[in-house]
Amino acid sequence: MNRVASAPGRRMAREKQTFGNRITGFLGELLITLGIVLMLYVVWELWWTNIDSANAQKEVTQNLVQDLGDVVIPHEEVEEDIDYGPAPVSEAAPGETFGIMYFPTFGKKGTHHPVSYGVQSSVIDNLGIGYYPNTQLPGEKGNFAVAAHRQTHGQVFWDIDKLDDGDHIYLQTKEGYYTYTWFDTEIVTPSNGDVLLPTPHKWGVEPKKSILTMTSCHPPFSTRERIIAYSELTDWQPLDAGPPKEIRKLVVDATS
Amino acid sequence: MYAWIFRNLPGPIWLRIIEALILLAAVVLLLMMYVFPWLSQFSPFTDSTIGQSNP
Repeated sequence: MNRVASAPGRRMAREKQTFGNRITGFLGELLITLGIVLMLYVVWELWWTNIDSANAQKEVTQNLVQDLGDVVIPHEEVEEDIDYGPAPVSEAAPGETFGIMYFPTFGKKGTHHPVSYGVQSSVIDNLGIGYYPNTQLPGEKGNFAVAAHRQTHGQVFWDIDKLDDGDHIYLQTKEGYYTYTWFDTEIVTPSNGDVLLPTPHKWGVEPKKSILTMTSCHPPFSTRERIIAYSELTDWQPLDAGPPKEIRKLVVDATS
Repeated sequence: MYAWIFRNLPGPIWLRIIEALILLAAVVLLLMMYVFPWLSQFSPFTDSTIGQSNP
């Protein structure tokens, strides 16, 4: 600043600023600031929320893992075809994180996310997957429906559109491992709540199957439509039996 | 505004540059950690649920 102070010409120039000049300058700076803040909001939404969400998910997953007790990981080739009978119903209480979902086909090596009760923003913005409280429970006949973000806040269901024939989704709760097999995906408008019915789109039809319905945004970075992926409960095994082969590594990763 | 702030920071110029950067970082952190999470409840851009009214 010494240099400026010793240059009387410049100093004079600043002092000659009229009141109008200063107001204009101030408004200009304010507008530039507003623009930068808006850009920062985009950075926050697209990047920062993923980090926040990952931390929060890690925390609730670890809490749940403590409740689940020691996770049994069978050493090697265990019989995969044991029939453990019908799947029990998993309970879910408000405010509770009651399960971990595993997506062996998502991402490069598969992903896992905690499942918590409720779909309000406090759940799905931070805790990964939210369970629609008015829908059925895992193991129950009907529709176990969940929601998660397609992008931002952990972008949990980013790969939901890539589910294909034979793809499995696994749910681990206190009751065991539920295996769901994908069978259909559809795009609907955001008001189409009847995808959450016990038998989707059909009022008053007694459900015969247990299905998993995943809902998310579509197309990505938009809320114009919703993408709905349906999977059917095809298998179940108790925690003692260890995780199904396909998700063994993911379970180790989630529970260690 | 910013020129005024910079002129009124204490210390020699190199210190003032550091002070300005610290101020900038503080403002950004404040926005990221408190202002934007609060603001996002009014944002319609990330709703991924369907049908029912959320509590």
